Amino acid sequence: MINMFAYNIPFASIFLMMIAAIITPLIPNRNRLPEKLSCLMIATVGILSAYLLYSLTNSGQSLNFNFSMGHFPAPWGNELRAGPLEAVLSLVFCTAMLLSLTGNLSSTAEDIAPKRRNIFCVLVNLLTASLLALTYTNDLFTAYVFIEINTIAACSIVAVKESPETVRAALRYLIMSLVGSGLVMIAICLLYDLTGHLLMQNMHNAIQVLVATKSYMMPLTVSLALITAGLAIKSALYPFASWLPDAHGSSTNASSAILSGLVLKGHIFTIIKIFYRVFGLDVIHLLRMDTVIFILGLTAMIMGSVHALRQKNVKRMIAWSSVAQVGYIFLGVGLNTTAGIAAACLHIIVHACVKPMLFTAAGGLSNAAGHKKGLHALMGTFYVNKWAGLGLIAGAFSMMGIPGFAGFASKLSLTLASFDHATVVWALSALAASSVLNALYYVPAVIVVLTHNKDAQKNFTAHAPTLSYKISMFVFLALNFYLGLFCVPLLRLITRGVNVL
Amino acid sequence: MLEKLLLNHYEAAAVILSGIGLTNLLLQRNLIKKIIGLNIMDTAVYLFLAAKGYVEGRAAPILIADGSGGWLRSSALYVNPVPAGLVLTGIVVSVSVTAFALALTLKLYESYGTLNIDEALMKMTQEQEELEARIDDAEEEVLSS
Repeated sequence: MINMFAYNIPFASIFLMMIAAIITPLIPNRNRLPEKLSCLMIATVGILSAYLLYSLTNSGQSLNFNFSMGHFPAPWGNELRAGPLEAVLSLVFCTAMLLSLTGNLSSTAEDIAPKRRNIFCVLVNLLTASLLALTYTNDLFTAYVFIEINTIAACSIVAVKESPETVRAALRYLIMSLVGSGLVMIAICLLYDLTGHLLMQNMHNAIQVLVATKSYMMPLTVSLALITAGLAIKSALYPFASWLPDAHGSSTNASSAILSGLVLKGHIFTIIKIFYRVFGLDVIHLLRMDTVIFILGLTAMIMGSVHALRQKNVKRMIAWSSVAQVGYIFLGVGLNTTAGIAAACLHIIVHACVKPMLFTAAGGLSNAAGHKKGLHALMGTFYVNKWAGLGLIAGAFSMMGIPGFAGFASKLSLTLASFDHATVVWALSALAASSVLNALYYVPAVIVVLTHNKDAQKNFTAHAPTLSYKISMFVFLALNFYLGLFCVPLLRLITRGVNVL
Repeated sequence: MLEKLLLNHYEAAAVILSGIGLTNLLLQRNLIKKIIGLNIMDTAVYLFLAAKGYVEGRAAPILIADGSGGWLRSSALYVNPVPAGLVLTGIVVSVSVTAFALALTLKLYESYGTLNIDEALMKMTQEQEELEARIDDAEEEVLSS
């Protein structure tokens, strides 16, 4: 049995981040105190999650537990549920969030007016709280509420860099998100009417009964389709991803890193929980939703890269590459097996570590080139900011799936998982084609950055990267190599987590 | 078919309303109309929940005195309080989202002088092209001098 301290961690981590969001505007807005407080809180929650993970894996037979809020028993009360997978994800979310903040401190200071910087911290804290809540919650309506909090915070951290472009991008993002959350809400109401429950496990039992008696199959299919579509819009699955490049490409670097690396992942994990915990993989297969997700994932893998090829702005290129990577994750989900979902979760973790690194690196490089974002303007910037250059190269290799880098581990496990599936040929050819396409736009970027360019180098604003930038980039690189070289124990842990999800 | 529709006329109205709201949210070009569409869609969901949560002949979930100093405690007398709770939460969410969307719309209007998001995009690309042309001109002048 798990000890009392660890038992309270899921609730405490959400609550701590909410408290941080409330007190941030109250503390004096100088010496970057709000940012320091946020970083401290996120680091604390990260350490708590690591301890939770440690005690879960050492607890013996029962690997997960339900935390009932206010001690109301199951069918009535609200519940959180924590297992190894949730603990790993919240650890990764906190780490990536912290590194995205510390790595981009100087660009945040340039892009956001000093008097609004504490508001930025409020939004970051709220975002972390909502991500943690989406990870831990066992109640579908709580998930909906935190999806909305997530939407508001995510759109605001786009708009917080005050320029007409970001306001437009944020509005576009907000409208697409609202369509998504509207669909999710309708679907949750339908599911509540069909099952009479909001807790995921009770819902699961009721759905099993409905499917066994073949009653209300049509409303069940409709609600599954609506909730999947709603969350797919929010996690930028390809045909619904038109809002993403604007929002991720125009916002400040810290926001881009957080949005691409983390915000999408919260929604994807919610889909995984709904598939695995609420409906169950058999029912998902019966209702054909796995095929839909599989095909959309394949399309996203190819089309995201095709769009990325056409971009001239480096941040928009990385943003479109996120669309392709989300496709990989949905491919894993669409395989509809435990191995597939475990591979999808590994890719969530890999992408949550690599994409913020790429955005931080791109920010550092375009800063070195005098705030130019065009890809050709970055020529030779590697020699001005070597840390950023290394980050871009490692991130690009990782996205291409070069062995030894993080992306290789998740692509390998996706490939292995797809062998159990009838459509293995499709999955393998899409993986191959997408890897080639990734190389087609990442290799030129790496070459441009590495090309010596004496004329341009004279014009570069020669400010060296700050210490926090170097440390963050070092940790990002270390994480990247760790995930690439030693992913087997992590994958085993994730598989155990998926089994008890 | 028609009998079922008549039997569930509240739900049918809710579905039609949410369809209207969703179409407005997606297809209207004017941002204010989009936000009105969002509100219609949300209200439709509340109607759906309220209709589902109401059982004819049952009271609101507040204990009724039985006349002899006690309370009527049978659960068959009251409706389920959860749908009402969900509606309340939904209203709070929709109000805050609407306020946020309106604030952003105001910002957009201040920068571009339009409520149409596509017109704003067109103006933005025009401005960028003009800016780039000006930068090119300046560079040429520097080179020629």
